[in-house]
Amino acid sequence: MRYVYFPGCSLETVAKSYDVSARLTAEKLGVELTELEDWNCCGATAYFHIDEILAHTLCARNLAMAEKTGLDVVAPCSACYKNMGETNAHLKQDAELRDHINIALKEDGLEFSGQQRVLHLVDVFTEDVGIENIRKNVVNSLKGLHVAPYYGCQILRPKMGRENIENPEFLEDLISATGAEAVDYPLKTECCGGSLIMTKNPVALKMIKNLLACAADKGADLIVTTCPLCQVNLECYQKQVNRKYGTEFSLPVLYITQVLGFALGIPKDDLLIGSELSSPAGLLTRFSREAV
Amino acid sequence: MTERPSFQKEVSNLMSVLDGNPIDVCIQCGTCSGSCPAVEYMDYSPRHIIALIRSDLKDEVLNSDTIWCCSSCYNCTVRCPKEIKITEMMYALKRYSIWKHQYREGAIGPAFSRKFVRMVVKTGKSYEPGLAPTFMFRYGMRGMIDNMQLGMSLFNKKRIAILPKTVKRIKNFRRVLNRIIPIGVEK
Repeated sequence: MRYVYFPGCSLETVAKSYDVSARLTAEKLGVELTELEDWNCCGATAYFHIDEILAHTLCARNLAMAEKTGLDVVAPCSACYKNMGETNAHLKQDAELRDHINIALKEDGLEFSGQQRVLHLVDVFTEDVGIENIRKNVVNSLKGLHVAPYYGCQILRPKMGRENIENPEFLEDLISATGAEAVDYPLKTECCGGSLIMTKNPVALKMIKNLLACAADKGADLIVTTCPLCQVNLECYQKQVNRKYGTEFSLPVLYITQVLGFALGIPKDDLLIGSELSSPAGLLTRFSREAV
Repeated sequence: MTERPSFQKEVSNLMSVLDGNPIDVCIQCGTCSGSCPAVEYMDYSPRHIIALIRSDLKDEVLNSDTIWCCSSCYNCTVRCPKEIKITEMMYALKRYSIWKHQYREGAIGPAFSRKFVRMVVKTGKSYEPGLAPTFMFRYGMRGMIDNMQLGMSLFNKKRIAILPKTVKRIKNFRRVLNRIIPIGVEK
């Protein structure tokens, strides 16, 4: 199983632990990730506020470079995944747009022809590796741990070929494979506020509060995410939420790859568990077979 | 004299590079508003915005808070029974509003998006600390202290880079973007 890996900007900084844990967990499961050479920003949401064709051009450059490897592209960030997936679909369908952007890409010696698929890293685990394979390789069973799967938005929407976007269960499958119990809570696909945390802070804080309250109410010990912005919003703003709403949330928020990697026996320090503002390390220690 | 197109027509044509995605098929059912996680903060709900566009009430739409409350969660888009891409419509309205320099006073969104794009055009990558000035001082003293504390905590955990990164073939990268927007990108 070989893929070309597009980490995205956040995974170089604020979500370094996602990048590190993604690579280690993939390796452990026999997935070979080769980082895309000289990749650029996917444009996030902001680019679409300024110019749509420019936004697609950014993604098209990455896709054209990825095409040279002959491998499918894997993105761990839901926003990168959504942007690249959308550009891939638009450019495949619309020859005029493709030609327009290809003229620009020639300046960098590139051409988009649309030969590959864009996958979320989670898809690689659930579909290509398979849940059973993961279950077989678990050495630290997380039995007794209550993990809330947080999907957020852009791994699901707009509809990117997934069958069930209103009540998906693939994260629950991954959580169950580790031995942990997946917490069933109704807001698992609701929005964390995204970049509104910066541009419309009160709106995002309310969304974050609702999500934390819902997961905590259903007994979650920790939340797992598949997107750096979701992780930052849910984790780093708990203090502000607590002050504003008089709550006392102290809920660890980890990347799915950190929880998977830990269950597969990768030491927690290697997975950068502990780089959170409120560390869940103590919570996990009791599940470890070996000293971690 | 040629006639100006209606606001509805303008917005429909701005919606998506792929297709016009017309909004005249909207049945005003309100599924979008019922699905929107930010609706309680909007002065007009998404359904109401469509009604205003169809009534050619351009100023009401552009001066509203609604378009800057959209977080691109796509709940409305996947549930609309008429398959209107409402999130794309919000993007189109943001673009229109930024082009015309017409938006509600104090909106942070336009400055944030412009700064983000300038940054990516320059380096090829986004850099969180570079965005801070656009919102840092906009939530009062308390907000500023909160943001500074958070920045420090993340820095201590090595989660903030001191310097922005740049793509390696930056000259080629800028030439690519220059082809799309023939002026305005620094060499």
